[in-house]
Amino acid sequence: MKDRLTRRSLLGKLGALAAGLAALPALKTAKAAVQKVLVSSNAPKGYDPTQHKWVMAIDINQCIGCGSCVEACKKENKVPQGPYFRTWVERYVIEKPKPGSGEARGKTHVDSPEGGMRGYPATPVRKEDILHSFFVPKLCNLCEHSPCVQVCPVGATFDAPDGAVLIDPKYCIGCGFCIQACPYGCRFLNPVTHVAEKCSLCYHRITRGLQPACVEVCPTQSRIFGDLKNPVPNDPIQAFYAKHRVTALKPHLGTDPRVLYAGADREVQ
Amino acid sequence: MSGEITNIVVEVMPHFEGYVYPNEATRQPLWSVLIVLYPYITGLVAGAFIMASLVRVFNVKALEPVYRLSLLTAFAFLLCAPLPLLFHLGQPFRSYQVMITPHLTSPMAIFGFVYAWYLMAVLLLELWFDYRRDLVEWSKTTGGFKGLLYRIFTVGVTDTSEASVKLDHKIGHILSIVGIPSAFLLHGYVGFIFGSVKANPWWGNVLMPIIFIMSAMVSGIALCVLNYMILTWIRRRTVDMRCLDVMGMFLFYALVVDAAIEGLDWIHRVYSAEEGFRLMQYMAREKLFYTLNVGQALLGTLVPLLMLGGLQLFRHRASDLARRRMYFMSALLIVIGVLAMRWNVVIGGQLFSKSLRGVMSYKMEFAGMEGWFMAAIIFILPFMILTVLVKLFLSEKLPTTAAPSQPAESPA
Repeated sequence: MKDRLTRRSLLGKLGALAAGLAALPALKTAKAAVQKVLVSSNAPKGYDPTQHKWVMAIDINQCIGCGSCVEACKKENKVPQGPYFRTWVERYVIEKPKPGSGEARGKTHVDSPEGGMRGYPATPVRKEDILHSFFVPKLCNLCEHSPCVQVCPVGATFDAPDGAVLIDPKYCIGCGFCIQACPYGCRFLNPVTHVAEKCSLCYHRITRGLQPACVEVCPTQSRIFGDLKNPVPNDPIQAFYAKHRVTALKPHLGTDPRVLYAGADREVQ
Repeated sequence: MSGEITNIVVEVMPHFEGYVYPNEATRQPLWSVLIVLYPYITGLVAGAFIMASLVRVFNVKALEPVYRLSLLTAFAFLLCAPLPLLFHLGQPFRSYQVMITPHLTSPMAIFGFVYAWYLMAVLLLELWFDYRRDLVEWSKTTGGFKGLLYRIFTVGVTDTSEASVKLDHKIGHILSIVGIPSAFLLHGYVGFIFGSVKANPWWGNVLMPIIFIMSAMVSGIALCVLNYMILTWIRRRTVDMRCLDVMGMFLFYALVVDAAIEGLDWIHRVYSAEEGFRLMQYMAREKLFYTLNVGQALLGTLVPLLMLGGLQLFRHRASDLARRRMYFMSALLIVIGVLAMRWNVVIGGQLFSKSLRGVMSYKMEFAGMEGWFMAAIIFILPFMILTVLVKLFLSEKLPTTAAPSQPAESPA
C-alpha cells in the first residue's frame, strides 16, 4: 500500500501541479462566460454592455434638497419602507465659529431624516449663525475598485462592462459582507427578499435608453447622467467635467469612485 | 455607558446619536450575536487542536491525560462552527454556492474549503488513526448498539499488528504537523474576514488575523483546562496536578503573547490616531465600556495574567487545592474574556456609522434567529456533542492502549 516517492513520480506530480496552475486563467475566462449567460440583470435582449460606459455626477451647488429623487427611486425600484435607500440626500449645516474661538469654522451638523424624502426639520442652528448649508445626494459611488465586488463570496455582485456595479438577486446568499465592505453605506439587506440591494443606476431603464429615475425627476439638474462611450451633442456630462473641479468621496480608501462631486466640502464623507 | 448593559439585557428603542447613514439606521446590526459566536467557536476549535498538538508534535508528555479530550473538544466544536454562519444568511439554501462557485478574491469564499479540509483531512483522520486500535478492541468486547457503532467506526480495518499500529502513529504524527498550520489557517482566516474590511477602521487592521489566532489559542487551552477539570470532577477522580500545571504554564505564555499583541494594536491605534480615532475613544469609553475595559481587558486578560503568572513564580508554595481553584478561575475568566473580545470586534465594529459622525445602539432580542435563545442553543450544542463523544470515546469502562506521544517501541 505504500507508494515510494521517487524522483520520477515527484517530477510527474510537480508537472501536474504546474499544469493545474496554468489552467486557472482559462477557468476564470470560462467562469466569466458562464456568468454572462446565467446572470439576471434586467437588461433587454440585444443590449451590449461593452458599448457603453454609464456614469453619474453630482453638482452639490444645484441641489435644493427637495427629496424627489429619493421618492422616485423608492417607487421605481420598489425599495421597502424604512431605513432602506438606494439613494438619499444629506443636509449639511456648518456653523460660524464662535467669536474669539480662534477656529476657522464652527460645528458641522449632518442629517438625512428618511433619506431626505420628506424634507428636513428646521435647522438646530439660528439662521445668522450658519456659515454654509448645502445638500449632498448620495448613491452607489460606482467604484473602479469596488470593495463590495471584491468581498462577495459567490460573485453575486459584479462590475458590469458598462460601468454599473450590479447584484444578481437570484444568486446573492445574503451574507451581508458587501454591506460591511461598502465604505459609503450604499448597500442594505432587503428585508423582503433577504438579499443585498443598492443603486443599479436604474439598470432596467438605462439599458432601454431612459435616464435613471432620480435624474429624470431632479428639478435642478444636480444629478447629471451620461454615457462616456457615446457622447451626444452638448453632452451634459462632458459639460459638467469641463465646467467643474471635482472630488470623489473618501479618496484615501483607494476605491476610485466614478461618481464625482462638484462643490463638495471637506466635511462631506 | 450605563445603557450598554441594559441594551444587551432588555429591549429598548433603537437610538442613534449623531449622524448615521440612512441604511445603517436598522433595528439590529447586520452581523449580530451569531457572528460573535462564529469566530468564538472556530477559535475554540483551533486552540483545542493546538493543545492536542503539544502532546503529539512537541511531545509534551505531561499533557497526555488531556490529549484525547482536547481532540474531541476540537471535533465537537468544529461540527458546530458553520451553524451560526448558516443561520444568519439571508438565503441559507443558497449557501452551497460558496462551495460550487467561490469568488476567489473574497475572504469569505474559501471558508467552506478551509473548513472541509480541517474537518475531513485533519481532525477526522487524526481521530481515526489515533483511535483505530482501540476501536478494534472495543468492537470485540462491547456488545449492543455501542459495539455496533465501534464496528462501524473501524470501517472494516481490523488489523492491529505491530506494524500497522506503528503506521497509525506515524500518520497521526504527520496529520498533527499538518494540523497546526491548518488550525492557524482556519482561524487566521476568520480574522482576515474582519481585518480586510478597510471601510471599517475598527476592523481594517493588519494585526487582526494574528490577534485572532493568539486569542484562539488562549481560549482553546482555557476550554481544555475547564473540560478536563469538570470531567474529573464528574467522575470523582483526582486531577493530575502535573498535567494541570503544564496546561497552566502554556495558558500563561499564550496569554502573555496574546495580551502583548492586543496591547500593541491599541498602542498603534492610539499613537497613529488616524481618522475615526475620536470615535473609537468614545466607543471604548461609552459604548463598549463593560465588555472592552472590564470584560476583555481587566477580567479576561489582566486578572488571569496575574493569577497564572503568580502561579508560575510561586507554584511550590500554593497547595494543590489553591492551584486548582486558581487555574479554574483563570480559565473561566479567559473563556469569558475571549467571548467579550469577539463581541467587541464584531458588535463594536457596527456600533458606529461609517460616516464616522454617529453611533448606534444594539439591543439583543430574546427570540428570533439572532436572539439570545438561538445563540445559547448554538453554544450549548457543541457541549452536548462533546458529552456524547466523551461517553463513547473516553469511557472509563473501556481499556485504552498506548498514549499518543509514545512510539510503539516504548511500552506505555
